[in-house]
Amino acid sequence: MYEGIVQELIDELGRLPGIGPKSAQRIAFHILQTEAFDVSRLAEVLVEVREKVRFCEVCGNVTEQERCAICRDPRRSAATICVVEEAKDVAAIERTREFKGLYHVLGGAISPIDGVGPEDLRIRQLMERLADGTVTEVIIATDPNLEGEATASYLSRLLVQPNLRVTRLASGLPVGGDLEYADEVTLGRAFEGRRVVQG
Amino acid sequence: MIVTRLSLTDFRNYRSVDLDLAPGPNLFVGRNGQGKTNLVESLGYLGTLGSHRVSSEQAMIRQGADAAIIRARVSHEDKELLLEVQLNRTGANRAQVNRHQVKVRELPGYFSTVLFAPEDLALVRGEPSLRRRFLDELLVLRNPRLSAVLSDYDRVLRQRNTLLKSARAAGVRGNDLSTLDVWDERLITLGSELIEARGRLVAELQPRVAEAYVSVAGDDHHAMLASRLSVLAGDPDAESDEQDIRTVMAAEEVMARFRESLDRLRRSELDRGMTLVGPHRDDLVLELNGMPARGYASHGESWSFALALKLASAGVLRAESRVGDPVLVLDDVFAELDESRRGRLGAAVDDFEQVLITAAVFGDVPPALARNTVQIERGTIVDARNPTGDTEPTPVEERMSDVAD
Ligand SMILES: Nc1ncnc2c1ncn2[C@@H]1O[C@H](COP(=O)(O)OP(=O)(O)OP(=O)(O)O)[C@@H](O)[C@H]1O
Ligand SMILES: [Mg+2]
Ligand SMILES: [Zn+2]
Repeated sequence: MYEGIVQELIDELGRLPGIGPKSAQRIAFHILQTEAFDVSRLAEVLVEVREKVRFCEVCGNVTEQERCAICRDPRRSAATICVVEEAKDVAAIERTREFKGLYHVLGGAISPIDGVGPEDLRIRQLMERLADGTVTEVIIATDPNLEGEATASYLSRLLVQPNLRVTRLASGLPVGGDLEYADEVTLGRAFEGRRVVQG
Repeated sequence: MIVTRLSLTDFRNYRSVDLDLAPGPNLFVGRNGQGKTNLVESLGYLGTLGSHRVSSEQAMIRQGADAAIIRARVSHEDKELLLEVQLNRTGANRAQVNRHQVKVRELPGYFSTVLFAPEDLALVRGEPSLRRRFLDELLVLRNPRLSAVLSDYDRVLRQRNTLLKSARAAGVRGNDLSTLDVWDERLITLGSELIEARGRLVAELQPRVAEAYVSVAGDDHHAMLASRLSVLAGDPDAESDEQDIRTVMAAEEVMARFRESLDRLRRSELDRGMTLVGPHRDDLVLELNGMPARGYASHGESWSFALALKLASAGVLRAESRVGDPVLVLDDVFAELDESRRGRLGAAVDDFEQVLITAAVFGDVPPALARNTVQIERGTIVDARNPTGDTEPTPVEERMSDVAD
């Protein structure tokens, strides 16, 4: 425990996701001791980000305008929507440059333990986007964990409608790695989830 | 496989110890509280990443030290492996195989051990959860992927129970609960996989248990196993034998029965706010001459059954092993048995490649198993009848290198 304001800083930093007490302490002392560290710039950005950034009216991605850059881009195909849990997943998929359609950010996954049910996710907004028949494929790209799978299967029941294809991202072995170094759990799962490629 | 050398640093009450071990039986003797169990517990940890005494790894680090190191040289035929694990007071544990960094959870893939301990009696007399754990641990040793299925199943269960509880609180009835179906589906898929895997394991254990019981107890009593499956029950709390099966049910059949039970019990599940069927409510029924061992068998009979279960599990691992027999560890077991059972247990384990035995009283152990005896006193080896003839002490090696996991 440190005195007063120093401990308060450590406590506040420790509330951030992914930052434990040790890292919080390390960051706090970096801020205190490093002269080159521009505290007022950080403070400004923190305030600004709260004021300026909001969520895209259409897809729920982060943006500084009513609609995000992806939704505004006329070159993107409006026929495909990729459904993800968080805005950071949009960024991850964008980095692949593989996908040319639009996104829909749910804002989480179904998880009773965390008090999240379907009504807490942006599912109603998704259904509205599908109403006029422009969209012909929904790709469900929720996380490949239990809650992500549960959300995917809830959605796939809900999204049964004519002329709509619903697909799920394949999960399995990490690419770029060697098969022999994949751990047995991942490798075992990959076997379970194998797909037919021929015949 | 055998352990040819075991070295411990700051493990339990050992500051530093290096010990050569012989093939066949190795006996550790010493008064109570000197460190016999500690010594074999270290090997148990390498083989299972767990301890038969505590769930916390912290207890295994010597008081006052900040890391414990277990280092074992194991050999099978002409191949040798050096397995090392460092348990840290703070931060992640580290493991190495032949000086190459591996994930800690990969260690059991290189070394297998079956531990017998006085606590095993609870397999026969204790709660169903202990028998489920016995089966599940063996399942994971044989098929590591199932550890993910087990932890996913637990998580689905918690999610589903939370949902049922909140639905009860909100007064939601039956079919209005749209997300319950989603969890049911996962519960059925994962749960059926576990039920089926346990069922196949029980079928493999059955003949081995019957045989091992006869050889340990020395009479022709008939030891039988049955799976008590909650998915077969009409009433989830009744102990009726319509739930007990002795055959392996096919996966589709399990799934169908699971689904039926959930449908039938939806009302009571909502009333009680919990999941009433599934592998978490199952049991392994142990029967002796047609009567349940729990509640009927005598003390000696219960012991024989517990030993038979352990011998059978060693047999299953041995049958599938590509690296020889699992190393058997008999911690304080002989003190619990009468004279004739001691001799017969000794004979039953005699053909395993290596058996490590602890005893406070030398005379409790059959002479055939006392060929190599190590005397232990307050965390040091005071007298090792050196089995390999190699007398040179190895220097305590430096800490394992600081490579991130
Ligand atoms: N982390 C630790 N640090 C230091 N000492 C420890 C630690 N954990 C256990 N001990 C000590 O180790 C001793 C117990 O050793 P162990 O359980 O191996 O005894 P044992 O020789 O098997 O005795 P028994 O014959 O009673 O089974 C106790 O004295 C205990 O205090
Ligand atoms: Mg002991
Ligand atoms: Zn958008």
